[in-house]
Amino acid sequence: MARSTSKDAQALFHSFRSAYAATPTNLKIIDLYVGFAVFTALIQIAYIAIVGSFPFNSFLSGLLSCIGTAVLAVCLRIQVNRENKEFKDLPPERAFADFVLCNLVLHLVIMNFLG
Amino acid sequence: MVGKAEPVNGSVKPGSSQSIPAAMQGPLKKPDLIPNLSLKTLKLKTKQQELLIRVSILCLVYVLAFITRLFSVLRYESMIHEFDPYFNYRTTLFLTEKGFYEFWNWFDSESWYPLGRIIGGTLYPGLMVTAAIIYWLLRFLRFAIHIREVCVLTAPFFASNTTLVAYFFGKEVWDSGAGLVAAALIAICPGYISRSVAGSYDNEGVAIFALLLTFYLFVKAVNTGSLAWALASAFGYFYMVSAWGGYVFIINLIPLYVLVLLITGRYSVRLYVAYNSMYVLGMLLAMQIRFVGFQHVQSGEHMAAMGVFFLLQVFFFLDWVKHLLSDTKLFQAFLRITVTTAIGVGAIALGVGTASGYISPWTGRFYSLLDPTYAKDHIPIIASVSEHQPTAWSSFMFDFHILLFLFPAGLYFCFKRLTDATIFIVMYGLTSMYFAGVMVRLILVATPAVCLISAIAVSATIKNLTLVARAKNKVTQTGSARGSSSSKGSSKASLDQSQPFQRNGAIALLFGAFYLLSKYATHCTWVTSEAYSSPSIVLAARGAHGNRVIFDDYREAYFWLRKNTPPDAKVMSWWDYGYQITAMGNRTVIVDNNTWNNTHIATVGRAMSSYENEAYEIMRSLDVDYVLVVFGGVTGYSSDDINKFLWMVRIGGGVFPVIKEPDYLVNGEYRVDKGAAPKMLNCLMYKLSYYRFGELTTEYGKPPGYDRARGVEIGNKDIKLEYLEEAFTTSNWIVRIYKVKPPNNRW
Repeated sequence: MARSTSKDAQALFHSFRSAYAATPTNLKIIDLYVGFAVFTALIQIAYIAIVGSFPFNSFLSGLLSCIGTAVLAVCLRIQVNRENKEFKDLPPERAFADFVLCNLVLHLVIMNFLG
Repeated sequence: MVGKAEPVNGSVKPGSSQSIPAAMQGPLKKPDLIPNLSLKTLKLKTKQQELLIRVSILCLVYVLAFITRLFSVLRYESMIHEFDPYFNYRTTLFLTEKGFYEFWNWFDSESWYPLGRIIGGTLYPGLMVTAAIIYWLLRFLRFAIHIREVCVLTAPFFASNTTLVAYFFGKEVWDSGAGLVAAALIAICPGYISRSVAGSYDNEGVAIFALLLTFYLFVKAVNTGSLAWALASAFGYFYMVSAWGGYVFIINLIPLYVLVLLITGRYSVRLYVAYNSMYVLGMLLAMQIRFVGFQHVQSGEHMAAMGVFFLLQVFFFLDWVKHLLSDTKLFQAFLRITVTTAIGVGAIALGVGTASGYISPWTGRFYSLLDPTYAKDHIPIIASVSEHQPTAWSSFMFDFHILLFLFPAGLYFCFKRLTDATIFIVMYGLTSMYFAGVMVRLILVATPAVCLISAIAVSATIKNLTLVARAKNKVTQTGSARGSSSSKGSSKASLDQSQPFQRNGAIALLFGAFYLLSKYATHCTWVTSEAYSSPSIVLAARGAHGNRVIFDDYREAYFWLRKNTPPDAKVMSWWDYGYQITAMGNRTVIVDNNTWNNTHIATVGRAMSSYENEAYEIMRSLDVDYVLVVFGGVTGYSSDDINKFLWMVRIGGGVFPVIKEPDYLVNGEYRVDKGAAPKMLNCLMYKLSYYRFGELTTEYGKPPGYDRARGVEIGNKDIKLEYLEEAFTTSNWIVRIYKVKPPNNRW
């Protein structure tokens, strides 16, 4: 049972890796950005686990800015991905402009909330 | 070449005669059919006519929504109604005088003496900021207008804006015809008018606009999948959070809607983009309001949104992996592992959060919506508010009229054509109707949904009927053209036989629909005029000769307080009048309508229900200088303090067990005449209400001391006050003010 699941997991991992290698470079860059944002969020969570969350609004604003940028980057990836039928006639420049606008609003609110 | 030209000419003619009726059908169907260049000018004109009709209808509906709310301004004067709006008015006045920074950090020591109230952190600033912005804008354009006029007319103005949003929402969900009907219905619907007349300067006037706007922008975002619309809906949500505590409805309905879409297999990346950006941005923006604070991550009422947020991430992740992997068996295994771990982690996190108390449970106000009997047993203050009672059928009929049976019809049409947008409107309608059944006040939240769904029913029905009514023209025209085949001709001929009956039936039904809608308009106007346009602070009655008699006692009393008492005097009254006393009388009060401190209110209730000497001790401890009671015995006004007295006893008794409700009742009956309980006849409230009343003859043929509101002769006519003295009684005895005497000198 364990051997079959580990073999399954290995096969899964390999096919996943080979399929992922086929994605276009611009999407991979966005994925890297998302990974970076999530990694920063994990660092912040580790920090409050150690030190405590005293200025809670600062913690929340930091955490939510990481999660917010990750979410917005994923939305950008969805809209720019040429395989998505729904967004076939959305020019990528428009998608990027929306992404920048939302990020601007996000960071303005974060700066107000940091305290 | 000549030979060739003739068939061309020959084929154009019957073609043109065929396309003329097609062009006349243009307005009924989508105008994208005719490629014939020579008729394009005709088609353009129709479109322009259609645009003109639509714009003029919207303009008329906009003006109608505004002017139908102006009854009380025309009958009485431009003043603020009721109780809560006075607090909003006072804070708006403060905002325009002192500026935003002072307003945001305002600590008010004039209410809840001696505790004070952090107003900056315990109100929803949306309404005040909106009115202040309109005021500053008008001032900038050099209109010398007083802030009170802006406050009085804010609600009708936003009601007009709501009709516009309803039009766009209807257009999004169904088509522009439904949008127009929705705008017209919501302009005059009594359920909405009740809280948005001119003078009702309350949060709901602006909040319903924000609610509908948020829903419209979100549905638009789900339909288009655009980040820009999702950002707009996040801003709409921010406006709603700043305006009203009912935003909890939005933050629970939208995740429920997403969940329903996921369950019915309508997951799409547009949904992902719309919900996630709206949730993160909306949550961040909402936390900027101090009153809301960290509730979005800590309160049980907001956890549904977070749960759906994580669920959507899981869905998207699985979708992406499925798209990447080509082998389905591997994917199934992966799916199983991921789903079980995700559910397990989610359940553990929720359990730990709730058990440790980090995630606070549902607060009483919202818990009583799920369990309507909760408030009666546990929180008497919530149970005592008349707006929180369950709704009777008559209220539904009164507030909705024909929309009540058009609502199920609209639901039928929505189910026939299920799209993401119609699913949303159905869910909004059903959940809001449930809550409207639990609490009368929430009919207001159900009104936009009911209007929209009824508009779908009306629009679809009338469209079908007019199609049938106009169908005979189409049949005769195509019968005359030679382009139809013989079989089609014969079937159309047979249809032709039953056409007159169908057509007449359709025309009769159209007249019936027109009659119903005109009855609706009449009913709404009548309801607005009779029931929802009274300021509550000014009372009117018919005199003996049919002339109108105005009782302006409340404002008389508050003005007396303002002019004849020292500026630091403290006034004790029941919490209903607190906001009005601070706003108009400009004096410090002990308790007011915010009701945030139950013990303080119970202390006042205990003082009102105790004997005079015990009450004097309590009043000395609270530094009370004046006591204000409302008494309706002379005028027959039935919302006075003696009728509210049992609630004072219950609330006081809830905290101080020395006050027991059965002491004031006789055989379970509440009486004020000779057979009343002795504690009732000697408590402070009784003495202050009926002082010197025993000598007054109120009605011809009745003995002196006849209480017209209760319909009995009072029991204790010879009242002597030891620790208080009468300071002021208004001309119709409605408001009575007593001064608390300082303690006697020791020698």
